[in-house]
Amino acid sequence: MAFNLTINGEQKTVDVEPAMPLLWVLRDELGLTGTKFGCGIAACGACTVHVNGVATRTCVLPVSAVDGADITTIEGLGKNGLHPVQQAWIEHQVPQCGYCQSGMIMSVVSLLDRTENPSVEELKQTVSNVCRCGTYQRVRAAVDSLKEG
Amino acid sequence: MGKLTRRTFLVSGAVLGGGALFGFIATPNRLALRAPATEQNAWMATWVSIAPDNTITVLVPHAEMGQGTHTALPMMLAEELEADWSKVQMQQAPAESIYAVGDMIKGFIASGLNVPSVFKRQEDFAFYKIASLMNMQITGGSASVRFTGQAGMRRAGAAAKEMLIRAAAENWQVDSEECEAKLSYVYHQASGQSASFGELAEQASKYEPSLQPVLKKKEDYSICGKPLPRFDTPAKVVGQQNYGIDVVLPGMKYAAIKHSPVFAGTAVSFDDSGIKKRKGFETVIKLSDSFVLIADNYWRAKTALAELAVEFSDGENADFSSDKLFSDFAQLLASDDTKIENDLQQGDVEATLTSADEIISAEYKVPFLAHATMEPMNCTAHYHDGQLEIWTGTQDLLAARAFAAEVADIDMENVTAHPVQLGGGFGRRIPSTGNYIEEAVRIAMQVSYPVKLIWTREEDMQHDYYRPAVESHFQASLGPQGQPQAWRNVYTDIGVSEDTSAAFVPYAISEQSIGRIEHETPVPVSYWRSVEYSSQGFFRESFIDELAHKAGVDPLNYRLSLLKQAPRYSAALVMAAKNIGWQRKLAPGHGLGIAIVESFGSIVAQAVEVSIVNEQLSVHRVSAVVDSGEVINPEIARSQVEGGVIYGLTAALFGKISLEKGRVIQNNFPDYQVLKLSGTPQIDVSFIESGEGIGGMGEVGVPPIAAAVCNAIYAANGRRIRQLPLIDQNLTILA
Repeated sequence: MAFNLTINGEQKTVDVEPAMPLLWVLRDELGLTGTKFGCGIAACGACTVHVNGVATRTCVLPVSAVDGADITTIEGLGKNGLHPVQQAWIEHQVPQCGYCQSGMIMSVVSLLDRTENPSVEELKQTVSNVCRCGTYQRVRAAVDSLKEG
Repeated sequence: MGKLTRRTFLVSGAVLGGGALFGFIATPNRLALRAPATEQNAWMATWVSIAPDNTITVLVPHAEMGQGTHTALPMMLAEELEADWSKVQMQQAPAESIYAVGDMIKGFIASGLNVPSVFKRQEDFAFYKIASLMNMQITGGSASVRFTGQAGMRRAGAAAKEMLIRAAAENWQVDSEECEAKLSYVYHQASGQSASFGELAEQASKYEPSLQPVLKKKEDYSICGKPLPRFDTPAKVVGQQNYGIDVVLPGMKYAAIKHSPVFAGTAVSFDDSGIKKRKGFETVIKLSDSFVLIADNYWRAKTALAELAVEFSDGENADFSSDKLFSDFAQLLASDDTKIENDLQQGDVEATLTSADEIISAEYKVPFLAHATMEPMNCTAHYHDGQLEIWTGTQDLLAARAFAAEVADIDMENVTAHPVQLGGGFGRRIPSTGNYIEEAVRIAMQVSYPVKLIWTREEDMQHDYYRPAVESHFQASLGPQGQPQAWRNVYTDIGVSEDTSAAFVPYAISEQSIGRIEHETPVPVSYWRSVEYSSQGFFRESFIDELAHKAGVDPLNYRLSLLKQAPRYSAALVMAAKNIGWQRKLAPGHGLGIAIVESFGSIVAQAVEVSIVNEQLSVHRVSAVVDSGEVINPEIARSQVEGGVIYGLTAALFGKISLEKGRVIQNNFPDYQVLKLSGTPQIDVSFIESGEGIGGMGEVGVPPIAAAVCNAIYAANGRRIRQLPLIDQNLTILA
């Protein structure tokens, strides 16, 4: 079945099974490997992208559910120069192995798009991505540096 | 610094098109290693190349898995070279014997330095003997900076600098003593002449490098000790870092795998008649203990495999359970002493204990642990025209290449191993546990196209090589002032390393008996970020805390009174206590705990604040103090210690792999819970640069944390935790 997706501003049509998760459409059909496979059950957040501007875990999200949607991946985020979150990530030297960071960044960007000054509680509840290198304290510091005032 | 053996040499050579290469290599035949001047292998035999445009490229023979070695090692070389850091680049060395690090480590072994067991183990793989340390590029044992950096990078940089200065001095016909290297140029102040390294490199490469070049004094450093940004950060924030799992090749297919749920079980038969017509289906391959399904997309492979009818034979391990293992442990430890292999005997512990008024006893346990790297195990392999190519995240690319050749039964010369970034290592990705590499190679040898094998998270968690489960029984008696008189620790040992020092005690205790009882299990075990130090650190630092409380002495003061001969330990403890505010008045339900563990050449003290309110545990703060002798890049070092704390805290709070009917029960993050941002305490890290031998950083943050947390719990509510994880101890964890 054919599905139409707007990915990082470009129109794409993919002919795949409706049940195929968006993650594998991105990675294996479209070659966008910045979005990562971590758990396959939406528990770790490594596969987070923006679907119509909202951070969404894609490893269990069937492509049929996002037909016609506007999708932004990590590759699209910094397309026109680094996003402020990406800049903050460099400034605070957040990544270690870096594998979870695409998802972590997409998750934080979505939170900051919704609320400019997220509370500690909002950050804790929203950014529930897993990082096994343990970069959380730097994620927190980078987000703090982006808050207004 | 260890002495160099006769088999280690510095080499140099000109590069076609100008520039030069300088390297420190270990080899039995140095003449064979003069860099041949062709474009293709110009990189061989060197750790640094200087191009005519003055760009300096440092080749790092270790893997980057997040620990920052690809930045720290070039810093060490650039410092000694007097390079302009803004023009320094990094490249991972290819998997060639010439870049092996094993012999350098051998040199250190010969000079009596304590070498991490992970290196020794590599000499003797369980199934695949890799004959020589020449095929070793291992990244582990927190050793890249300590060994390659200290003995290799610094010396290569310093020797190259001497040669560049000599070239300039000869050109200008001045005394080399009057010349100075700075920011990738050589200057002769008196005559006002200068030349770039790039201009001088080719001529310099013709000289004989000095084996013992003069190294800079620490006070003259301009690169080392600075928090310079990592080379790899920019790519990692835009999704452009290439991990093993991201490899894409023309015509590549995808493979999913299902292993025998029971360890050492075998794959018997399959029936693919129901799934053959599925879109993208390619084929099914039966391996000895697994079934592999290949399709044109990973999701198709994975979903078809889930529907493949398969039959396994469980073999003899189907009765194994971790409960049974711990009852075996208890029985073994209660049995007669003849089974004990002594690690340390000092004084007559038995006599002292027998005559003591009171024996303090405690039994400690830790479970198996999985690594759960964020990037699941994967390997891409392609066999074509008699050549095998592999792409996989590995902590030892060269040994992975040798291993792949062994599996494929072809000459190592016909195998290429491509370096890719690791999405986490933690000890999981060493070649002796490279079952995913073996599988990918076996698949590749049976098909004509490249195949990317990816394990699901479930396979990753249930077919790991685990941190061993351990049980340790302690006995001690106290002297008249409450100080420990006798200390006895007998623990179970189901494998991994021959390193027995993890159970040693830094405290001044005159009578000591430390020993282990070996036991076999069907569970594969291996290295796990700090391995034995993570378990023995928890045991020892908890039990000494018990003794302090028994003696009625503050646990910090108790330790300090036993560490008078160990000023580095005392200094680290005092600073950690000061940083957490050891003496301050705490809120109700709060408690402070402290612990100290030396591992991989670094001494790490950690003080922790927790609270327990209504049986709900929160870890609020961790103050870590690290004496690693010297710090190369304080930001990278800090992030390593922060990460070590999180890794160890995750294990202490939640970590447990358990088995029933020979099968691992946990299968993904929900039941192998990990710490997230919400549960992350405030972590402050301080360094003491004592100037002692340079210590490791990657693992050293892990060992003290479990004991520090449990000691804080005791301080908060008087409950002594002797078994991990904490989530199994009738506590709710606020995380």
